[in-house]
Parts: sequence; structure tokens; C-alpha cells
Amino acid sequence: MAAALLSIKNLNVIFSGARGEVHAVKGVSFSMGKEKIGIVGESGSGKTVTGRAILKLLPASAGICADAMDFNGQDLLHKSEKEMRSIRGRGIAMVMQDPRYSLNPVRTVGWQIAESYRAHRNVSGKEARRRTLEMLEAVRIRNPDQVYGLYPREVSGGMGQRIMIAMMLIPEPALLIADEPTSALDVTVQCQILEILDDLVTRRGMGLILISHDLELVSAFCDRVIVMYGGRIMEICDAKDLHESRHPYTRGLLNCLPKITGNPDPLPTLNRDDALLNAFFLG
Amino acid sequence: MIPERARPNKSALKSWLLSDAPASAFQARAGRIYSGCLDFSKNRSAVLGLSIILFLILIAILAPRIAPCDPLLTDLKNRLQPISPKHFFGTDELGRDIFSRIVFGSRLTLYVVGLVAVIAAPAGIVIGTISGYLGGAIDTLLMRITDIFLAFPKLILALALVAALGPGIENAVIAIAVTSWPAYARIARAETLTLRSCDFIHAIRLQGAGPFRIITGHIMPLCLSSLIVRVTLDMAGVILTAAGLGFLGLGAQPPSPEWGAMTSGGRAYILDYWWVITLPGSAIFVVSLAFNLLGDGLREVLDPRKGY
Amino acid sequence: MEDIIHHRRIYRTLNRAVGMAAMVGATCLGLLLATFLIGRIVPIDPVLAVVGDKASAEVYQRVRLELGLHLPLWRQFFIYVKAILSGDFGVSVLTARPVIEDIARVFPATVELAVIATLIGVFSGIPLGIFSAVRQGSLLDHLARIMGLIGYSLPIFWLGLMGLMVFYARLNLLPGPGRVDVFYENMVDPVTGFLLIDCILAGEWGIFRNALSHIILPASLLGYYSMAYLSRMTRSLMIAQLGQEYILTARVKGIAEWRVIWGHALDNCRIPLITVIAMSFGSLLEGSVLTETVFSWPGLGQYLTNSLLNADMNAVLGGTLVVGAIFLGINLFSDFLYEFLDPRAR
Repeated sequence: MAAALLSIKNLNVIFSGARGEVHAVKGVSFSMGKEKIGIVGESGSGKTVTGRAILKLLPASAGICADAMDFNGQDLLHKSEKEMRSIRGRGIAMVMQDPRYSLNPVRTVGWQIAESYRAHRNVSGKEARRRTLEMLEAVRIRNPDQVYGLYPREVSGGMGQRIMIAMMLIPEPALLIADEPTSALDVTVQCQILEILDDLVTRRGMGLILISHDLELVSAFCDRVIVMYGGRIMEICDAKDLHESRHPYTRGLLNCLPKITGNPDPLPTLNRDDALLNAFFLG
Repeated sequence: MIPERARPNKSALKSWLLSDAPASAFQARAGRIYSGCLDFSKNRSAVLGLSIILFLILIAILAPRIAPCDPLLTDLKNRLQPISPKHFFGTDELGRDIFSRIVFGSRLTLYVVGLVAVIAAPAGIVIGTISGYLGGAIDTLLMRITDIFLAFPKLILALALVAALGPGIENAVIAIAVTSWPAYARIARAETLTLRSCDFIHAIRLQGAGPFRIITGHIMPLCLSSLIVRVTLDMAGVILTAAGLGFLGLGAQPPSPEWGAMTSGGRAYILDYWWVITLPGSAIFVVSLAFNLLGDGLREVLDPRKGY
Repeated sequence: MEDIIHHRRIYRTLNRAVGMAAMVGATCLGLLLATFLIGRIVPIDPVLAVVGDKASAEVYQRVRLELGLHLPLWRQFFIYVKAILSGDFGVSVLTARPVIEDIARVFPATVELAVIATLIGVFSGIPLGIFSAVRQGSLLDHLARIMGLIGYSLPIFWLGLMGLMVFYARLNLLPGPGRVDVFYENMVDPVTGFLLIDCILAGEWGIFRNALSHIILPASLLGYYSMAYLSRMTRSLMIAQLGQEYILTARVKGIAEWRVIWGHALDNCRIPLITVIAMSFGSLLEGSVLTETVFSWPGLGQYLTNSLLNADMNAVLGGTLVVGAIFLGINLFSDFLYEFLDPRAR
């Protein structure tokens, strides 16, 4: 078991809005080393908010409080915005869902990747360009010179995500948070992107948090799985043990998945019981 | 994550209006209007705007009662008198009581605003919806015409029209209305284009409704909300344009107590007799501001997506 | 592969250019038609305007034939279009000179005013708008919105008069109406028509300072309206951009906040912002009509109003046409920017 790269104890996120407060994340605690963790849940389960809370990139209406939030021995909770900026990109990075929206439309993709590199290193433009081209090759883009000068609307979804990955990994962070990185892609492309992510993360010895709603994907790809519902963690288990889970919510999710060798009867629907919110979790 | 609802100690009418499961279309619509009014009343500046306009309407109706003097009565012995209990706003260069003139001038202002709205808005919505719904050559033709009108700045086109038609308040109203309708037509057309491809329009057409019924019964009502916002905001500009025309001597002719013309009349006396200009000008400002506030408030309620 | 992309881009660009040219032509024709028709709805008989009401029947007929009024309307329109395109806007009744000469003489004064006002608006309004967007709900944001609201509600002629009253009449800080003091009128060669530039070219610093002091008040007046408009538009454009996902990406990269705002958000507002500035400039041409009347500024606005009050239809229509053409030009320029320069739209 690796030393703790990221350690979160009792994280709570509360949004204050016009119609009252929304308690989006309730008492989330987990710690991880240089491994791949998947956070799985339905929409509204709080998984994306958890990811953004780690980077402290929530809107101003969100209040973060926790007992502890440590990254590589540094206390993230009490860092100022300025100090967080040196951690973002260099220490922790994030890949988002849809490159059509998460890339700046009026700048070339090469420029954007180079900017990511130059944000944390004082290098010349030429050096940044060279590193960018190297990185584009590392994400298996075949003609980096040409792609460098393209605009985001001129690249396909799969290539856009590769560019995103290149952009986020170029400053060599220790932890990558991937927020639904394949949800906007075709199934065939999804595998390629995950392969690239796996390859790079393992080679560099990084930690990865993969946030997704796809249970099968997460169980196949990650080492450990965190199941969230209603802002709470339902269960933390090893990926290989996921299908044998005893937790009622997780079992409910697993039962909803269609199986080609399974029962031809209609699939059961998930029984969203408030009692689940108070149920025990295995960890 | 359930939003907090208001306490259950409300009157029966309120709970009927705000019910989550309305029993009839009438109840649903009444409920919508009620919650819209509630949202609107939370916006203090919008309520202020509405109050000012209602106040203006009240003054216009009760003008003969409120004004202490005849607005047209000249009294050269008493010209350029300062503010006093006898003349609340002083007298102008011909000795007329400025307060009375402003009070009666409110009628002219409302006349212009009302007529322009009544002429330009229906014309715009009709042309816009027809153009958007029928498409093709009619659309191109009507939009070309609209673009031509929009190619001129409003005041300049109004000037040209008044030059051609001759000065006078009716011609000023016509000129301003002619410059206003293109913007409404554009908005109506844009809304129609979005609605035209909606499934419910296809459904109605399958049921056999003809274009006339579809446009008047379904598309026009849906364009109304954005159009109401735009018309209200425009009224502020209409007041300024009308005052501008009056200032140039092209609106209501003397001795009519039109606020713009009153400002123009006092030009020579700004040095020592500041009230002759300041007070009519403030009246124009206040009413225009009221329409702006009201329009902004309506936009919040009717169109919360387009935050400005 | 690259060649094909390149050729396709050129083909698409040409296609769009031809389409726009056709639309421009149609709208110009429509513009001419509008002014032509306005000229024809004048209730005064144009023949009588020329010959007076004591002329004999044959003189009346002769003038009528001369003016081409016996021809069918569409033929009159063609004659009109031909005349306009060759630069003949008719002769001004007031000055007895070709209208186009008059307009060329007065136009630079208005442009000078509009340019300086736009500069004031740009350098005060845009930073204000950016600040309002970044710090929504702050005191400055509220002040900016109030100022904008006042700008949309104040009659410009009234504010101008107030300005004159305060700064000229009461405080004696600034000179009164006019472009320069009467003493200095016509002392500088009108090389460009822009008085400030002409003074610099002629080295007349005294007159330059005088002209500068005269232009401050009207330009600030128009500049205030420009600032109100630009700050409001900038604010809404910036707010729309700051809510986008790529701004989050930029923040994740850990770059400085000012770079996020100026380098990313504002960058994406570039094209719409230039469009907004162009529109503001165009609307200042409209605002100049009343401003020039208040400040006795010898520009196109005052020319229009004078001609109007003297029923000089040729001059009024000529002026309207010029302003309409400029407005159209500005609109086309904005469309051009969107179509051809925005990497998102290409």
C-alpha cells in the first residue's frame, strides 16, 4: 500500500443559494496513494463537486469545510488562492468531460498546451513548443506539427481529449482528476483514451481519480472504487470485489446493468430509499 | 436537496394559486401570473418604476384638478419668476406656470408613448411572425425591408420623416412608430424561427390547423413575453426621441406644453433662470428612468436567461 | 491534405463574400428607395417650391418637365439612383451649393467629435465593464449599473445644457459653444477637416489648445453615453465568457487570475467587443444631432437640423442618406469581422 498522496477527512460542501442551502457533499472521507481510484455515482451524487473541492475551484457560493484535506503532506484546506495556484497544474490537474467546451475556442491547441507548461516553468517559447510536440506524441497524436496549429473546433472529440490530457500532464502533476473523461466520446474512442490515460499514469507513477457514472468502466479500469449517493460515500472497495458487494445500493446498481448472458426479464429499477443514506458502508 | 417551501399558514386563495397540481388550465395560468407578480415585487427598483408610471397616468388623468394655473396662459409681467409657493416650479419666459405645464405635458408624453406602442408593436409582431413562419421569398422580402429601416439611426430617420410630413405631434408619433417597428419584427421573427421547428407546432399542423390559426393562436402568444420586455424598454427611448424632436421644434407645436419644447424654449436663460430648463428635463429623465426600471424588472421575471 | 483544407477555406470565404456583396447591394438600393420615397411624400409641391406661387402656367409646366415629374415613378427612381451614384445629391436651397459639397465640409467635424467620444467610452467603459463582471455585486458594479441606467434615461440635449450651464456659465472653466472661439475661426487651413489635426499640422498651438478646450465638453457628453453602453455590453459579454468551461480549465492550469480574465475571457470577447464599439460609434453619429445643436457645433447634425427647419429637402435627404450609408457600412464591417475573423465561426 503506497503512502498517502491525498487524504480527505469529513469533507462537506454546502451551496448557499436563493432558495436555501444545498448540502452537496456530506462527510466524505478517503485516502489514496499512487493508485487509480474510481468515484462512481448517479447525477447529483456529489462526485463532481468532490473533485472540484479538492482543487478548491468551486463557485463563490460554495462553502468547503473538512477535518483535513492533505495532498503530499501539504494542508490544502487552509491554503490561500495564490498558494493553490502553484499546486494547480503542477501538483493536481483535472481533465474535463467535453473538449468542445473545455478548450479555449480562439487559441490554437498548441498554444494552450504550451501555456500550461509555461505557467509553472520559466522557459522560452521554443522550449515550450518542443515540449508540447513531445507531449502530443506521448498521447499518440501522429502529426503533432500540424495539430499544434489547429483550433479546438477543428479537432475530433477523441483528439480533443488527448489534447486535454497532454495539456494537463505536461507540467507533470502527481495527481490527476479525470471528471467523466470519456462520457462525451464514442465507445470505440473511449477505450483508446482510457488506454492512453492508463499508460501515462502508470509510467509516471501518478495517482488518478476517475469520476464516472459508468460502473463497468470504473470496475475494469481502476484499482479501487468509491460508490457515492446523495453526497455520501456508500462504499469503498477493491475493484475486483465490486461485483460481490453486499451493500444494498451497490447491489441495486449492479442489478440494473444489462448482461448479455443474464435474465431476459425486464431489468429491475433502483429503489432509492432514504434509508440507504444512513446505511452502513464497507471499506 | 428539496427547496424550502413557504410556511403552510397561508390563505386558501394563495395555496390554491401556488398549488403544485393545478386542476385546470385557468388555475395554472393564474398561478403563474401570481408567482410572476411575487417575483416582480421582490425587485424594488422595478416596483419603483411601475409606481412612477402609474403616478404619471394618475397625474395625466387628473391634470385639470392638479394644475393650479392654465398651462397656456401667458403673463408677461410674471415671466421668469423663481420657485415660490405660488408657482411651485416658477414661471417660464412667457410667464406661464411651469408646474401646470409639466402636469399637462404628462398627457402629451403618455399620448406619444401609448400611440407608438399601439401602432409599432402589433405591426412588428405581425410582420415578424408571418415572415418567420412562412419563410422563403416572403421572409427575404420582409427582412430586406426591415433591414433597410434598421440601417438608419432612429432619430435621423424620424427627422427625415418629420421633415417630409411637417412638424406636429401626430407626425412625430408616426415618424417614431415607423422607426420602432423593425426591431420588434426582428425579435418576433427570431422567436418564430425557434418555435417553428418545435414538435408541438408539427403536431398542431397534423391536426389540420392552417397557418393563420397557428400564427395567431400559438406563435404570437409565445412571442409576447420577450416583446413586452422590449417594448417597455423601448418606451424609454421613445420618450427621449420625442423630447428630442420637441427640442428641435419638430414635435408638438407651441404653445403645447411638451417637455422637450419647454427645454428648448428656456435655452437662452440657462445662466440665471435655471429652473426653466432643469425642471422639464428632470420630468423627462424621471419618466424615461421609470420605463427602464420597469423593463429591466419585467425582463428578470419573464426572461431570466438573458441576464444583463 | 493541408492543401485541400486551405482550398476549401478559400472557396468558402469567396462564397460568403459574394453572398454578402449581393446583400449589400440590395440593402443599398433599398436605402435609396427609402429616401426617394420620403422625398416624394412631402406635401409641398416641389414645383411650387422652385417657381413660387405667382408663376404662370407655362413656367410651371416647363419646370415640371425639367424636374422630371411627368415621368412614371419608377423612371424617376432610376434617374434619382443614377444621380446619387454619380455624386449629385442636388443643390441646397439654403446655401445654393451642391449638397454633397456642404456635407463634405461639415462631416469631419462630426467625425472628430464621435472619434474622441468613442475613445473616451472605450478607455473608461471597457475596464469598468470588465471590473463589474469580475466583481459582480460589488460597490463599483452597482455604481456602474446606476451610471448606465442614468445614461439610458437622460435626455442628451438636457445634459448638454446642464454641462454648459455648470462649466461655462457658472464655473467659467470651459469655453462656450462652437468649435473654436469666434476670434480663431477660419484661421487654419482645412487640410483634413479635423481641426485638431489641422492645427498640429500648421503648428498653431494656441488655436489647438483653444479647439481642445472647446471639444472637451461635447465629447465628454457623448463619451458618457458611449461609456454607459460599452460598460454594460462588456459586462454581459464577460459574464457570459466567465461562466464557460474553458475558464475552469485555465484556472486548473494554475495560471495567474489576471491572465485568466484578460488573456482568456477578454480574448474571447474580442470580436463581439469590436462590433459593439463600432455600433457605439454609429449611435454617436445619431447623438451628435442634438449635441451639435446645443453646442453650436458645425457638423452634420447641425446641418441636418438647419436644413430641416428651412425645409431644404435635398439637404435633409442627402444627409440622411450619408448617415444611413455610414450606419450600413458599420453594420457590414461588424458582420465582416464575425464572418471572416472569428476562428469560432470560420
